[in-house]
Amino acid sequence: MSSTSTAGAPRHGALRRTPSGLLQDWLPRIVVAPSLVVSLVFVYGFMLWTFVLSLTNSRMLPSYDFIGFAQYARLMENERWWVASTNLVVFGGLFVALCLFLGVVLAILLDQRIRQEGALRTIYLYPMALSFIVTGVVWKWLLNPSLGIEAMVQGWGFETFSFDWLVDPNMAIYTLVIAAVWQASGFVMALFLAGLRGVDDSILKAAQLDGASLPRIYWRVVMPCLRPVLFSAVMILAHIAIKSFDLVMALTGGGPGYATDLPATFMYTHTFSRAQIGLGSASAMLMLGGVLAILIPYLYCELRGRKHG
Amino acid sequence: MDNVIRRRTPGARLSRFVVYAVLVGMALVYLMPLVIMLLTSIKPLEEIRPGTLLALPQAPTLAPWITAWGEACTGMRCEGIGGYFWNSFSIVIPAVAISTGIGALNGYVLTQWRFKGSEVFFALMLFGCFVPFQVVLLPMARTLGWLGLSSSTAGLVLVHVVFGIAFTTLFFRNFYVAVPRELVSAAKLDGAGFLRIFWRILLPVSAPIIVVSVIWQFTQIWNDFLFGVAFSAYETQPVTVALNNLVNTSTGVKKYNVNMAAAMIAALPTLIVYVLAGKYFVRGLTAGSVKG
Repeated sequence: MSSTSTAGAPRHGALRRTPSGLLQDWLPRIVVAPSLVVSLVFVYGFMLWTFVLSLTNSRMLPSYDFIGFAQYARLMENERWWVASTNLVVFGGLFVALCLFLGVVLAILLDQRIRQEGALRTIYLYPMALSFIVTGVVWKWLLNPSLGIEAMVQGWGFETFSFDWLVDPNMAIYTLVIAAVWQASGFVMALFLAGLRGVDDSILKAAQLDGASLPRIYWRVVMPCLRPVLFSAVMILAHIAIKSFDLVMALTGGGPGYATDLPATFMYTHTFSRAQIGLGSASAMLMLGGVLAILIPYLYCELRGRKHG
Repeated sequence: MDNVIRRRTPGARLSRFVVYAVLVGMALVYLMPLVIMLLTSIKPLEEIRPGTLLALPQAPTLAPWITAWGEACTGMRCEGIGGYFWNSFSIVIPAVAISTGIGALNGYVLTQWRFKGSEVFFALMLFGCFVPFQVVLLPMARTLGWLGLSSSTAGLVLVHVVFGIAFTTLFFRNFYVAVPRELVSAAKLDGAGFLRIFWRILLPVSAPIIVVSVIWQFTQIWNDFLFGVAFSAYETQPVTVALNNLVNTSTGVKKYNVNMAAAMIAALPTLIVYVLAGKYFVRGLTAGSVKG
């Protein structure tokens, strides 16, 4: 996001007062007005609406009998919500960490004047073009214990090989991590590769002349330059993790039982299938809180950095 | 950084080999799911046995694709996902066109016709990129009902436009910021109006950002599942929802080859776009996240 100053915006047609001149003056505002109204109603209005619903005892249909923060209290006592929240921490943490690790490693390796770099880059990034539903369907097949990877490795002679995470309530959450990392790590690679290409060559030359080893140069000199890229990547990945819904629906359906529920699926199930609109709305508000908790520090740093930079 | 000194010592050669080995190995890992999906989709069901995941089909057949397209059961009906594939197009095309058009005009105003409060307007819109859709889901469902758009294609188009313009506005705003203000100022002095300047000066240079915006919106909307599942009926379902129903329909023997063919069909449009215009796809993904 580039920054420009608002100062010096020219004022036009200030002297013209003909009807068409007035229209010209107001046309820009008229053009953006629908977008503003739509944003105010569909984003901010609906957020408020959901918040109001979260304070009511709405079940099948929205009702407006206010019961204060009782739905939030119920949520805190709801075991399934805790499973979903814990899952989000486990899934989100591993997803972000593994994507960053793989993405950074691939980007650095690709930056070593590699032949066929374009082809490799295309391969690492193509999963990002797929729907999470497609990803879920494919990995459900690969992770199917009796026909997928487990059976294949056993067929190679490793009879005792076991990889049945998909049907194991304790391990199923990690299958989501595998599929999601496969899908999104190429994106981190693309971000970092673009960042690496922007690093000033002279810094590197100087470090090389000082006799620093290549890994050391990357760790000590290059990576600190890429802190903004790291920031963006973490924020985008965390955002994907909180919104994860499709992948769960396609890969595990939230199961076994509700072992792989995430807040997004919890909200959907309670609002649309279990007639718990109040509770579902409360969980949606907490999801919004989660996004804000990531977004606000990010924007704060971004704006501060801009002032100093 | 093209200045890595090439040393021809044995050690350097070894590390070079390791770099290539890791890169190619990882490429195989990333490709594996796609390859297996494709292989499985052209195998007859008899060939799908334990341990044959990577085996080449003995008798390749397109039958699973034909079944997936026209006969497979998605929930209660058994008409394949072909119809839903076209549903997705009838949602995607208008939604992409409208949201890109609105984004272009917004971006134009936000950069060339700033008014008091236009930065606030931009900040307000920008938040729309980040809001978790769960928080608008239920009010949206009620509102679509009031508008008489429940479960309709028009309703889905509306939803995708409403939540897409935040991104398209961001794209165009960041692109038009680089258009020299003098150019537009000169045109204004010459008496050219708002739309004329847009049409004659901004639009002719907009091709790259239009491509980015169209590709971004196309993939987002084509791949959407949440809105599709929440706001559609059987007749208007997008292909992602139909695919999920097809895979989770449990009647009789699981036809894994048909599932994979259906997944391929749902994946093909975005894959093709990615292969043809990958450069622009990456630009859309990274827009606003990498600062120059």
